[in-house]
Amino acid sequence: MKSIRIGAGLGFYGDHWEPVVASIERGGVQFIASDHLAELTLAILQKDRQRDPALGYARDVVPMLLRLWPLMQARGVRFVCNAGGLNPTGAAQAVQAALAAKGMAPRIAVVTGDDVLPRLLDTSVPDAALAHLFTGEPVSAVRERLVFGNAYLGAAPIVRALDLGAEIVITGRVADAALFLGPIAHHLGWDLQATDAAGLDRLAQGLTVGHLLECSGQGSGGNFGSQGTWKAIPDLAHIGFPIAEVWDDGTALITKAPGTGGRVNFDTVRQQLLYEVHDPHAYRSPDVVLDMGGIHLHDEGHDRVRLTGARGAAPGDQLKVVAGFSDGFKAEVTWGFSWPDAWDKAQAAVATIRTQLDERRVPHEELYVEYPGLNSAHGPLAPLPTPEQLNDMNEIWTRLVLRTKVKAAADGFGRLFPWIGLSGPAYTCGFTGLHNTSELLGIWPMLIARAEVEPQVQVRLLENMP
Amino acid sequence: MNRVRIPLVRIAHARSGDKADWVDFGLFAWNETGYRILEREVTAARVQQHFASWLPGEVDRWPLPNILALKLVLKGALQGGGARNLRLDNLGKSMAGALLRMEIEASEDELQTALDERRVGWWEDA
Repeated sequence: MKSIRIGAGLGFYGDHWEPVVASIERGGVQFIASDHLAELTLAILQKDRQRDPALGYARDVVPMLLRLWPLMQARGVRFVCNAGGLNPTGAAQAVQAALAAKGMAPRIAVVTGDDVLPRLLDTSVPDAALAHLFTGEPVSAVRERLVFGNAYLGAAPIVRALDLGAEIVITGRVADAALFLGPIAHHLGWDLQATDAAGLDRLAQGLTVGHLLECSGQGSGGNFGSQGTWKAIPDLAHIGFPIAEVWDDGTALITKAPGTGGRVNFDTVRQQLLYEVHDPHAYRSPDVVLDMGGIHLHDEGHDRVRLTGARGAAPGDQLKVVAGFSDGFKAEVTWGFSWPDAWDKAQAAVATIRTQLDERRVPHEELYVEYPGLNSAHGPLAPLPTPEQLNDMNEIWTRLVLRTKVKAAADGFGRLFPWIGLSGPAYTCGFTGLHNTSELLGIWPMLIARAEVEPQVQVRLLENMP
Repeated sequence: MNRVRIPLVRIAHARSGDKADWVDFGLFAWNETGYRILEREVTAARVQQHFASWLPGEVDRWPLPNILALKLVLKGALQGGGARNLRLDNLGKSMAGALLRMEIEASEDELQTALDERRVGWWEDA
């Protein structure tokens, strides 16, 4: 039976690519698929693009491919990624130029057409067509503040790019798992338009594989939430990213390169299976709707898990869009007081700051206060020591964050603090955040008709450089 | 039969993730006996109650006996979403830990069986 081996690239913009080397050199992969775009990454890329219109893509793809492409090229491994972000053509040109400077000239394809911001800004579109997916609120509530809006495309343009002979495919926003389903469908000749049960189930298997691989090390023992057991996972410093072998009936094996750290077993694989999933009986993608209710994960031991039983249903006629809108500013400081009475001193200092905000009428919506080391992770669910114990602790760290619509208020926040070092409670033992303003972004998920997006999707091969 | 109260972490493992303002959890038993306890004890209402003093959002729950897991979603958990959340853990990555603090009840026998029964996953000699 025909099969494909595909390995995970990055799991986010900023991830480590050295583990991919082992997958290429020893993992027998034919494809690497790399996910550079978390839900919020486009917001970061938007800021880059505002500074320089040639940017707006995940820039790590350039050094990543300078390191990996020579290894991939030598073994005929092809590469698919969504590092294009808001500017896939710019990303492709940057990759092409960087590789050309080293004497390499791969065939690079670009997928564009996921940007739907113009439609979201178009006031003639009825509000009801662009309501918030969770709250139902119309997009007009945030329209003036929108900074990006992109539809999640499916695997079809990736298949087209690979059919054209592309060795490197660079997209903007596509469903993360489609980065994997694309090469799988291309290589095994699966029909993305399948409407029969067997065809849809195969696509569901492929989508599941993509979902298991799209978060890099999280699919092979990284971020394994547990008490004690995580310590039994070997050599996370040299983790191997997950690799899947998929057969043409859809059966898949999840594994990793020999000699690497991490762990692929029933437990690590199912933690990733349910990651960022809502209804597990209707995990939606542009290509297929996945029902995980019949999935069987057979742990064969030695970092091999066999995946069967994913069921597929036909996707709807809408695509998911995630848009981001400006939502004010925050400024944050972190401030420490030492023993004795560190807890009471921290409380007194916070009260002083509140008084200042009040007396100076600093416009703000919220002053958020938490105590790193005590309760920042679990809030009131964290068991707090008694006040006596807290006052006997060596140090108490306080993190104060101002939320405001007014940038000047955020910019001035850090300056409320330094004078307290000489004129407040004794033994401050550290302060950071004098200048620490950043912009806040709201996320606006919604659905959009395929017919509004798919006709504008383009796949093209980059011309060879002169 | 003696009943004991234990935190979920004794018999389960978990991961959390974010989508807009929702935090989602995968909660996993190590074996069949553990799953029966989770399935019975970890109801949507009890999870909601567990988080209520901090994040009083609605909870959805789906049992997945095929992988000995519960899928849970807590709504309104991130101050509107990761990029406007002022918490240090703005994406709720550590919130699975908060879920594993939740206390449940089991009989002593049942708990002992859940702790002794073989784990399904391959953990070598761990």
